[in-house]
Amino acid sequence: MNVHINTLLCKGCAFCVKYCPKKILEMGTERNKKGHFFVITTDEEKCTSCAICAAMCPEAAIEITKEDSNG
Amino acid sequence: MAQKIYSRPKSLMPMPSGFCPGCLHPLATKLIADAIDELGQNNNAVHVLPVGCSALNLMYWRGDMLGAAHGRAPAAATGFKRSAPDRLVFAYQGDGDLAAIGLAEIMSAANRGENFTVFFANNSTYGMTGGQMAPTTLIGQKTSTTKYGRDAETTGFPMRMCEIISTLDAPYYVARFALNAPKGVNQAKKGIKKALQYQLEGKGFTFVELLTNCPTTWGMTPLQSLDYMETNTIPYFIPGVYKDKGEKA
Ligand SMILES: Cc1ncc(C[n+]2csc(CCOP(=O)(O)OP(=O)(O)O)c2C)c(N)n1
Ligand code: SF4
Ligand code: SF4
Ligand code: SF4
Ligand SMILES: [Mg+2]
Repeated sequence: MNVHINTLLCKGCAFCVKYCPKKILEMGTERNKKGHFFVITTDEEKCTSCAICAAMCPEAAIEITKEDSNG
Repeated sequence: MAQKIYSRPKSLMPMPSGFCPGCLHPLATKLIADAIDELGQNNNAVHVLPVGCSALNLMYWRGDMLGAAHGRAPAAATGFKRSAPDRLVFAYQGDGDLAAIGLAEIMSAANRGENFTVFFANNSTYGMTGGQMAPTTLIGQKTSTTKYGRDAETTGFPMRMCEIISTLDAPYYVARFALNAPKGVNQAKKGIKKALQYQLEGKGFTFVELLTNCPTTWGMTPLQSLDYMETNTIPYFIPGVYKDKGEKA
């Protein structure tokens, strides 16, 4: 788990979906407390922790971590 | 152990911003907050708020703020910085605020070489009041006051503030970045940090224009607004570093 989406902050703009090079983000069908559809991950195994999604998120709703190679 | 790659910056409140979905104002704000974190200036920064949508940062920014009358942020910042020269002072202004009602203030502060930073969010419209034409509205751009698109015959041409300000002798750093794609966002982050760093070193006036959007009054989805910027905004407002006195040395 390296992509941490704060679903309460997400406004569903889909900028992260557009720019994720691995295409592992998509708009969900559920709404958050504010009424916005929020983004979900599809195949998180493929995430490289490049943080492009986080850089493009206007709401700073995404935080990124990276597992150390020695686990 | 998982290592942190990106975390929400400390100068943002832990709640959603007041901006519309897909608005780039909060992205610009976030980049400034990132730079302030990296420079360790959280407790020293002073955010001068203008009039316009970016004043929504009043409820979103965590740190000292100063509210200015419409267009007068550079004048307010001048007074604050002169009386508290150790504080990191920046104004964040929209294009209506900076290039229309506040044109005299920005030009005068830049010309005096005041030692603070101005972030200029250019979305080529008056977002807050419903999307009227601004001095930066593109030729052909439809707004609520240019129903058939802006016509240069009656309203002149869009004003390029980086180009204008960089003709003055005093400014130390003048640059423009587009926030519609990762490349521009990464460059903007570096430019913002550089401008603030120059201010900390007492170099003088620094100006960073950030090309943004207003999906709500442009009548577009957030994604459509990014494409509009690529095909219309960027070819007219060309991103780049217009002046950097620090690089010449
Ligand atoms: C003295 C004065 N004149 C006019 C207004 C109305 N007004 C509020 S915001 C605004 C324009 C803001 O446009 P811009 O600076 O581009 O900010 P944006 O909302 O697009 O980010 C105007 C004209 C005002 N608040 N005060
Ligand atoms: S960190 Fe990179 S690969 Fe992972 S979800 Fe974000 S954009 Fe996609
Ligand atoms: S970029 Fe941010 S606000 Fe937009 S959909 Fe992705 S997580 Fe949500
Ligand atoms: S009206 Fe436009 S500039 Fe204002 S918050 Fe909404 S999208 Fe952003
Ligand atoms: Mg504007």
